[in-house]
Amino acid sequence: MFLLQVIPSWKETLFLMPELQLTLFACFILVLDLLLPRGKKTLTAYAALIGIAFTLIGVAQVYYVTRNVLPTLIFYQMYVIDNFSFIFKVIVLISAAISIAISIKYLETEKELRGDYYSLLLFATVGMMFIASSYNLLMFYVSLELMAISVYVLVGYLKNNDKSNEAALKYFLLGAFSSGIFLYGVSLVYAITGELNLLEIAIKVSLFILGTDAKVGVGAHYLLAFAVALTGAGLLFKVAAVPFHMWAPDAYEGAPTPITAFMSVAVKAASYAMLARIFLVAFPALRTIKELPGWLPFFIGVAALTMTVGNIAAMTQKNTKRMLAYSSISQAGYILLGLIASNETGYTGLVFYILAYTLMNLGAFAIIILLRRDDIKGDRLENLSGLIKKKPVLAVMMLVFLISLAGIPPTSGFVGKYLLFAGLIKADNFWLNRLAVLAVLNTVISFYYYAQIIKAMFIDIPSDDKPINLNIFSTISLVFATVLTILIGIYPQPFIEISKSVTKNLAPVQVNQQTSPTPTPTPTNDSGIDPSIDPNLFPNVIPRK
Amino acid sequence: MKLFGIPILSLVTWLPLLGAIILIFVPKTQKEVIRLFANVWALLCFLVSLPLVFNFDKSLRGLQFIEDYQWIPLIGARYQIGIDGLSLSMVILTTLLGVIAIFSSWSAISERIKEYYIFLLMLQTGMLGTFVAVDMFLFYVFWEVMLVPMYFLIGIWGSERRLYSAIKFFLYTLVGSVLILLVIIKLYFMFPETVASAPGAYQEAVKLIAQDNQPMLAMLANAADKAISPNGTFNIWAMQAMGSARAVNGFSLIPLDLQLWLFAGLAIGFAIKVPMFPFHTWLPDAHTDAPTAGSVILAAILLKMGTYGFLRFNLPILGDACQDQRVLNIVVPLAIIGIIYGALCAMSQKDMKRLVAYSSVSHLGFAMLGMFALNPNGINGSIIHQINHGISTGALFLLVGVLYERRHTRLIEEYGGIAQKMPKYATLFMIFTLSSIGLPLLNGFIGEFLLLRGAFEANRKWAGFGVAGIVLGAAYMLWLFQRVFFGELENEKNQNLTDLNWREWVYFSPLLFLVFAIGIYPKPVLDYIERPTNTIVKQAKPFYFETGKGINLENLPASQKTPAQTNQGKTLPSPTPQSNPSTTPENNSSPSSDNTNRGSSNERTQ
Repeated sequence: MFLLQVIPSWKETLFLMPELQLTLFACFILVLDLLLPRGKKTLTAYAALIGIAFTLIGVAQVYYVTRNVLPTLIFYQMYVIDNFSFIFKVIVLISAAISIAISIKYLETEKELRGDYYSLLLFATVGMMFIASSYNLLMFYVSLELMAISVYVLVGYLKNNDKSNEAALKYFLLGAFSSGIFLYGVSLVYAITGELNLLEIAIKVSLFILGTDAKVGVGAHYLLAFAVALTGAGLLFKVAAVPFHMWAPDAYEGAPTPITAFMSVAVKAASYAMLARIFLVAFPALRTIKELPGWLPFFIGVAALTMTVGNIAAMTQKNTKRMLAYSSISQAGYILLGLIASNETGYTGLVFYILAYTLMNLGAFAIIILLRRDDIKGDRLENLSGLIKKKPVLAVMMLVFLISLAGIPPTSGFVGKYLLFAGLIKADNFWLNRLAVLAVLNTVISFYYYAQIIKAMFIDIPSDDKPINLNIFSTISLVFATVLTILIGIYPQPFIEISKSVTKNLAPVQVNQQTSPTPTPTPTNDSGIDPSIDPNLFPNVIPRK
Repeated sequence: MKLFGIPILSLVTWLPLLGAIILIFVPKTQKEVIRLFANVWALLCFLVSLPLVFNFDKSLRGLQFIEDYQWIPLIGARYQIGIDGLSLSMVILTTLLGVIAIFSSWSAISERIKEYYIFLLMLQTGMLGTFVAVDMFLFYVFWEVMLVPMYFLIGIWGSERRLYSAIKFFLYTLVGSVLILLVIIKLYFMFPETVASAPGAYQEAVKLIAQDNQPMLAMLANAADKAISPNGTFNIWAMQAMGSARAVNGFSLIPLDLQLWLFAGLAIGFAIKVPMFPFHTWLPDAHTDAPTAGSVILAAILLKMGTYGFLRFNLPILGDACQDQRVLNIVVPLAIIGIIYGALCAMSQKDMKRLVAYSSVSHLGFAMLGMFALNPNGINGSIIHQINHGISTGALFLLVGVLYERRHTRLIEEYGGIAQKMPKYATLFMIFTLSSIGLPLLNGFIGEFLLLRGAFEANRKWAGFGVAGIVLGAAYMLWLFQRVFFGELENEKNQNLTDLNWREWVYFSPLLFLVFAIGIYPKPVLDYIERPTNTIVKQAKPFYFETGKGINLENLPASQKTPAQTNQGKTLPSPTPQSNPSTTPENNSSPSSDNTNRGSSNERTQ
């Protein structure tokens, strides 16, 4: 890893242990794959699961060691250790684990069982973990590419399947394009501010807005807005927000279903972590400004479009995979609401909803995957019909996931949506109130197509009588997801508490950097300063170099 | 409050769900066991709810049987439940109709009976929870949860167009509920600041609601105490106190503009459930296609949730908006259109069940009309009318179901002369028809009389339209009766009809009893709802009982024309018992010149 080259003190590497572990496991799986005979390749999946378990333990260890000095910046402030990064690491690790668990049987059925699949999945997860901890635009870009390139390959993993190949090509072209746009935005930001570190950018940008930086002319404002727009557009490609969503339905439909689940959950969560980090740490001052359209109106438009277009497009789908793909587009719109609200409730909602969404969406996909049997593709609506007669437990689980996705209590999806809407209403702004009304009406639209799946499962008669078999891994994943979805819905207190605490210090991080680049424990920011409201506070909070 | 050491209200609410959970573990093939268990359990749920009636203290204002536990402290949601007279009447209606609905399904439902009873019992908990919830968050959870089992009841066991009707029911109600959710969030966020701006006024409003009800005073004091509820509160009654509190100048603490917006959100949500005229189209479909038990529950209880919502949220919290001329000009005409239009539609129906369904639109129009008369007679009448509608329309759906079970058709033209074959059935049908029309000495009369009297007091024209609706109601019901029961028995298929069996008598008899009991001696029921009604009227119109008018400050009695006194108090209500519960509410209003505009805008059309 490139970080090793700039290591100021070898001790800092210890904080990277989880990521390094996972990387080692990914490499180990590649070797293991070569050594194993053809019939025994499933062992690589177990190795991957063990790797994730070790990494989770590692994350817990790092948390235990650093819990009193959070947040801490290491590696010349490129890498941040804070609660926000921990929660996202846990989310991506859990989604990777569930994706692997539900892949095992799927790959056997597809006869594409090879170890490099799991290795690539782990590499993508490493990229996501680095995204969660990045504090520097360049670092973000490299981590993003590590994630993206691994996923491009995974999408096209079914070599003999035309749709999979098409999906991979589309995803690769558009993904590379969006990475380019993002990089262009980053380069412009660097050109204007001369910084890549998020905090330094934030300071420069707020000075721009305050007009205290005499060297910068009027034109730079527009250039800055352009740069932020490009950065945002590049990221919105990754979360598949409308109008940057064109690739998503095809890529989601063509990809192997476990990868679709992984993309719609983990990739989205990581991209949201990145979006939140960049816009809340680096560009809070640009949220709304007088002479320029800040990013708030831009995001309001994107969120409104994303929710509505995603839902309306999903209504006509007969392919459940594609329907869930569109549904995950509209869900991305809801998550954006937390960023738009820009208050504590909104941020809490953002993290909480991603947590809830991870479980319910993975659960829904896991059931679609179980329907993939010998010669049944399992992704048509008819394949679900009469599920209540064949496997009542599966049908009830799917019902739980779907009503959670639709935001109906008592499920985690409802609490998450409640927090997101509450954030908007709390902001008490003319446009945000209207956005909240649009958002709640969208939940009604979304129920229409979820109800089609529910109808198929509970009311229609079975279309085939082939048995559905579960293996132990799918069972565990499904039970885990179902129980948590309901539990979080009934007693969300601890989860709201976690979400609230991780976003507390999201921005700005206090950096106490007098002389040395050695890691300095920084006191937590208890002043409750919300930089997105008052950019004037910035220079006071963070002493400049 | 605990009764015999058990939290009685929680027990009543959760017992049906417990039954549903037990049923999950009964094997599907044991049909008789499932049936028997569900029936016994439903009866048990009803019996458990009876102690609520006997232990209810009618002289106490506000909530009783309060249970208050921490739930999600970070967002301020608590598990708070309790009932006042209004909720009590709805709870008893729910448990009674719940057991009747389950009884009536014994032979009507033959397939997938396990799921059927599970959904019915789950629905029961959802409905009870909605009526007992004191916390808006909890209220909303129950309100929504209930939709899912109802969707399945219509969708799986319904008749021809059941899928269409089920999804239509769900989506319509969902639109309403999400709007309610937004209003709930808004109320939640504005509560701390609003109350902090006038703690004295809040205190007065709390006294008006709770009077000498110590547990409730404590609950409402805690709700407004930042130290105890740092994250705000969702307490409905605290919201009512905030909404009905009036600042020194007589203004409500919530500005009228905002009130109108909040009113719109809530009113659309509840009006869809009621359903009021332009939002009623889901009702005929859902009622017609639902299985008999589903129709009974829909008509008798689910529709009441809309009116209950109006009585709990709109009237007490947004009193000024309810009296605003702009609102009245929309709501009351819609209620009247609902009465007339529902009746006319009912008259033209060929399907008996659809006819009864449209009659619900008409009846609920009456309930809304009485409610928006905003005087004790109107609201009392409205509540009684809702209870009556639950009893008589529920019974009519059951009666149609009886015939449908025998002949598998609901078309009126298929029948005629049935009275010859089913005399007992015809008698019963006649009694419930007359009760629905509002014949004196039967229950329907009491409600209609009271609410029309209330409407007359508010505006004579309203009452005029209402009376026209009653005439139309008599027309469609009696015409239906005539076509189905009188004349020659021409249709061959009707030759073998059998009269009511003992099981059917069992579930009709309590309804029959109530029809006569409420009709002849309504005082026991009125006793329970009198206090909630008076509270609602006082909350919306502080001086109603002195002046008979709204908050028109020119009409203030001399005793009220004193400078504001108590609103400067920073402390929360000290629970001082008051000897006479019906004393003048002490309001912090003082007449000042700038109030005249506001007063006139709230004046009623006379």
